Amino acid sequence: MDTTLDIAAIRADFPILSRTVYDRPLVYFDNAATSQKPRCVVEAIEKVYYSQNANIHRGVHYLSQVATEAHEEARQTVQAFINAAESREIIFTRGTTEAINLIATSFGETFCNEGDEILITGMEHHANIVPWQLLRDRKGIVLKVVPFNERGELDMEAFSKSISPKTKLVSVAHISNVLGTVNPVAKIIAEAHAHNIPVLVDGAQAVSHMPVDVQALDADFYVFSGHKMYGPNGIGVLYGKEKWLEQLPPYHGGGEMIATVTYEKTTYAELPFKFEAGTPDYVGSVALAEAIRYMQKFGLKAIGDYEHQLLQYATEQLMKIDGMRIFGTAVEKASVISFLVRDIHHFDMGTLLDKLGIAVRTGHHCAMPLMHTLGIEGTIRASFAFYNTKEEIDALVAAVDRVQKMF
Amino acid sequence: MTINEAQDQVIEEFSEFSDWMDKYAYLIDLGNSLDPIDEKAKIPQNLIEGCQSRVWLDAEEQGGKIVFTAESDAVIVKGIISLLIRVMSGHTPDEILEADLYFIDQIGLKEHLSPTRANGLLSMVKQIKLYALAFKAKS
Ligand SMILES: Cc1ncc(COP(=O)(O)O)c(C=O)c1O
Repeated sequence: MDTTLDIAAIRADFPILSRTVYDRPLVYFDNAATSQKPRCVVEAIEKVYYSQNANIHRGVHYLSQVATEAHEEARQTVQAFINAAESREIIFTRGTTEAINLIATSFGETFCNEGDEILITGMEHHANIVPWQLLRDRKGIVLKVVPFNERGELDMEAFSKSISPKTKLVSVAHISNVLGTVNPVAKIIAEAHAHNIPVLVDGAQAVSHMPVDVQALDADFYVFSGHKMYGPNGIGVLYGKEKWLEQLPPYHGGGEMIATVTYEKTTYAELPFKFEAGTPDYVGSVALAEAIRYMQKFGLKAIGDYEHQLLQYATEQLMKIDGMRIFGTAVEKASVISFLVRDIHHFDMGTLLDKLGIAVRTGHHCAMPLMHTLGIEGTIRASFAFYNTKEEIDALVAAVDRVQKMF
Repeated sequence: MTINEAQDQVIEEFSEFSDWMDKYAYLIDLGNSLDPIDEKAKIPQNLIEGCQSRVWLDAEEQGGKIVFTAESDAVIVKGIISLLIRVMSGHTPDEILEADLYFIDQIGLKEHLSPTRANGLLSMVKQIKLYALAFKAKS
């Protein structure tokens, strides 16, 4: 592989990668579900607990101030990472799922009425389907779905036609967690904006694989999870343009998010605190910032380029196997390969690959409507991170070939 | 043959496999030769929806004994089904209710009956017992 990255040194930063499973070296290809963590991220968590733990934004005491500053610095790190204009546009959530639910509730309750339409695509994760269905049950909105072609690319003509005077929001995955398609979100946003429709981008699969600039995209909302980008589990981000966040009511009520409370009337805190009720995950935020710095050491461009080589190599090698069916062959594709071999069931293949030390995801990948469209029950999904190697792909291909011969 | 005799026989058979590949190759064979369930029995009421694979289970009383037939869309699951049927089918409700299924553990397939596998097998075992309970209540 042609890269300036020192992959051996990078692998050494991830202790888990040197473990074995069933006495075989672990080959971890389930990165789209969650990535592994470099030592510096785990150490950042330890450091908070061992030397600066205190609840934030409340105490005048020294530790509380140190912890508060660290949390707010983390917000600025996230802001710079996605090039948001203001740090108050960065809301910490528990993850992508909570961020989308927040918008579906706060935006949905404010701007959507019976008959209004929310536009999603046919390749969304359940996290970008079910919150809108809940809104549909509350408000009687209509959920419209933009189809994709046989390569797994969005049908942009259908997208244009789906926009109507009733469309209130477009909510679309930046990268599909099943097909790997990188959707043309800049184009989608430009077109939606031409009709004054805001756009939410589900960036869960994107932020660890490519540079993201929310201002260049002109995204209204952009959401992602820490655990898929080498950060800790339990923290995620909702980016929202200030002009939108200012118009939305709070999602949860409690401490931290208020200005004054009386039994008669409560006024809310300013952004971002209005949306962060209760004690925030000030440990997770600091560790997430560390994960961001870790990725930035190498650069998202270099990371993405290397992963793209892994994707191409894996695709070429897998295609040599008789009966290989790859789902998702978009021209713009990230390092995710969903496949089946002939009609071998994904559970059978996954069970045996596991025995060979290869961790892949099998099943519907939280995208059951997408599976229905493809006419299958599930796939085997190998998803790569920049600590993966060509040799590991060789191991995967050899294992798939060995297993398929058993059926 | 009693349920335990059948279990012991399966354990004996599997003791010959020294590596897991042979064991799974055998399960695949068993799965491929499992008698398919009657198409008429492939109805939603007989479907056990696992997250990873699906299992259909049907039961019929024949002279005081319960005969089970089952199928899955995954071959390895079918292989394990074939073992479960061999052990559990053709016994009285009481025998089935009292049965302690130790063979799965002993042949090293316990993971397939863990709740996290979500392949429908654990629910199938529970369903077998529920059928036994229902037939017992009827008789
Ligand atoms: C595209 C996409 N959206 C949303 C999610 C949900 O993320 P989380 O479970 O971290 O909230 C995922 C995770 O699998 C995803 O891949």
